[in-house]
Amino acid sequence: MTTMAERTHTTGGAAEPASGTQTLSLGKAINEGLRAAMRRDDKVMLMGEDIGPLGGVFRVTDGLQAEFGEQRVVDTPLAESGIVGTAIGLAMRGYRPVCEIQFDGFVFPAFNQITTQLSKIHNRTRGAVQMPVVIRIPYGGGIGGVEHHGESPEALFAHTAGLRVVSPSTPQDAYTMIQEAIASPDPVLFFEPKSRYWGKGAVDLDTPLGTDTLNAAQVVRQGTDVTLVAYGPSVVTALKTADALAEEGRSAEVIDLRAISPIDTAAVVASVRKTGRCVVIHEAPVFFGAGAEIAARVTEECFYALEAPVLRVGGFHTPYPVAKHEHEYLPSVDRVLDAVDRAFAH
Amino acid sequence: MTTTNGSNEAIPTLQLLDPQGNRVTTRGTKGYRDRAATLTTEDLRGMYRDMVLTRRFDDEATSLQRQGELALFAPARGQEAAQVGSAYALRPQDYVFPSYREHGVLHVRGLDPVDRLRFFRGSDHGGWNPTEHNTAVYTIVIGAHTLHAAGYAMGVQRDDTPLDKRDGTAVITYFGDGATSQGDVNEAMVYAAVNNAPVVFFLQNNQWAISEPTTRQTKGPLYKRGEAFGMPSLRVDGNDVLAVYAATQEALERARLGEGPSFIEAFTYRMGAHTTSDDPTRYRTSEQEEQWRRRDPIDRLGALLRAEGGLDDDFEAEIKAAGDELGAKLRTGVRALDGGPAVSSTFDDVYATPHGVVAAERAWYEAYDAGDPPAPQYAIADSAQGGAR
Repeated sequence: MTTMAERTHTTGGAAEPASGTQTLSLGKAINEGLRAAMRRDDKVMLMGEDIGPLGGVFRVTDGLQAEFGEQRVVDTPLAESGIVGTAIGLAMRGYRPVCEIQFDGFVFPAFNQITTQLSKIHNRTRGAVQMPVVIRIPYGGGIGGVEHHGESPEALFAHTAGLRVVSPSTPQDAYTMIQEAIASPDPVLFFEPKSRYWGKGAVDLDTPLGTDTLNAAQVVRQGTDVTLVAYGPSVVTALKTADALAEEGRSAEVIDLRAISPIDTAAVVASVRKTGRCVVIHEAPVFFGAGAEIAARVTEECFYALEAPVLRVGGFHTPYPVAKHEHEYLPSVDRVLDAVDRAFAH
Repeated sequence: MTTTNGSNEAIPTLQLLDPQGNRVTTRGTKGYRDRAATLTTEDLRGMYRDMVLTRRFDDEATSLQRQGELALFAPARGQEAAQVGSAYALRPQDYVFPSYREHGVLHVRGLDPVDRLRFFRGSDHGGWNPTEHNTAVYTIVIGAHTLHAAGYAMGVQRDDTPLDKRDGTAVITYFGDGATSQGDVNEAMVYAAVNNAPVVFFLQNNQWAISEPTTRQTKGPLYKRGEAFGMPSLRVDGNDVLAVYAATQEALERARLGEGPSFIEAFTYRMGAHTTSDDPTRYRTSEQEEQWRRRDPIDRLGALLRAEGGLDDDFEAEIKAAGDELGAKLRTGVRALDGGPAVSSTFDDVYATPHGVVAAERAWYEAYDAGDPPAPQYAIADSAQGGAR
């Protein structure tokens, strides 16, 4: 019988670390990012439902239990509060747990542990105890899911001090940001745009750690007439809208926020001072959503630069709709164009 | 032996010391008696002293609250045997996850008594560095910390375990009868059990969750909860320090040997109010309180010690002097906490790494506090652009 210690450090059958630039789907990029983080630091471990032999319902942890063993890739009981609560204890013992919540709507059983414990223990202990815990949440709609499989609850966490809330939009950022999230001494809510899991892009597997991707927004398209602010799954929508606007002779600048806690206000303000118009896009309901925060900050910091009020495009103040109707709920290119038209009408 | 829980059902309960302070030698308890027998007279005197000082801490803190020096206090009166007895079974490397009423446990762990009141003074959300005493700070959301204990124990399992696991680390978590209804406590037992994690679930059934009696939490005996999750479970007389010590030592040893989690129900009584804001006369009878006063855990150990020659007037006087010293230290120390960090420390340690929102709000607050609030951002922008727009 192998001892616990032996099993802990077993990485038998590990292939050479991947390197170079490869074309990967966003889901596979996260997989590679997890693998790189686990090879770098044997305190990194994964916890979640069905993440072992199955590789997760989206296969994001595919092959990781085979490489790192059952002590580091843990199929947990079906209890989300337990996943996060035990991850907190593991972090207190020096581990860096990465929790997978199977779907967005299933994070709520863990809401208490995340908001009253995980977010506050560093503060409660006056910095003596850090909480390097990552909570991965596939979120957003567009895949025809049943209830609780298409929601975007990120604002609920951004409203809680002590948590970082991020969402990548590209395979490259997904690869980089998951590793930065794991390296962070702060708890990170890592929202994965599930409708974009299969979208492919170039990933430089040799990207070094130390990027500012958990804090800094990125201008992903330069423009002069209107600023489109998005994150996660809505960045693709913003870019498609910018293409459509270009055909109309309007130049849109697109900002990928990457993070909504913190929020890179300076990047947005710098852009809006240039364009004078701002439309924020996210799948979450606009009511009390991230867009409201951005609108308030833009209004406060560049009021005299604005040609029009900041407008928001997003979900409605309704339960996430049935799959047959979700495409009318989600921010589409058409709805973003409508908002841009209204901005120009001022 | 058996006691009853108010119903007619007899519930097996480990007791090694009866309420009059006589050692009990019931069939089937030899293993526990042997463990208790390892306690020397000096150990028992130490336990007695710590139980009396725990009660003194309660009395002093309650007085400080009445004087307006504490915002709140949650007394442990009546639970001294459950707390001191279990804490005596711990080793320094063991990790403790307490609720907010474990004054006896924290006392035995060596935490500074003034630090233990920072929370109740309203000057700290915690009060001590958990890593210095292997003791987590209070968790106020009932039962949430039991999951942290299970996870910590899972971490211990993953460490490079010393060859002799007897010197390894065990984990204990304290919670109450109300907490047993929480989902987190049940999930903690699931996680601990399926992982065979080295953790002891130590329930102090003090009969009351603020105003709700145990009958509002459970239909059957609570110790059976542990059994149902597949772990050894035992109910002990929580006012019998010997039984508590023996049962806890057994459970911790099981954890260290890799035999997994255990569940202990210490059947005791919250003799005081839930907190200084509570009024027990609204929901329980003085007859019940009187009945439990006759089972006082301190009197019980005192009677044993007197009978066995371990307690005399000199030792009582010595403990009284130590209590007076503790009281003086608390009265001075608690008032001195007001010289603590500035209000702007609210912005400290929210994150371990810089966070733009907190940094900006801190900068604003500090300027405001200095009487020099910065100009609104939009005015700066307007000026920079010459008011062009």
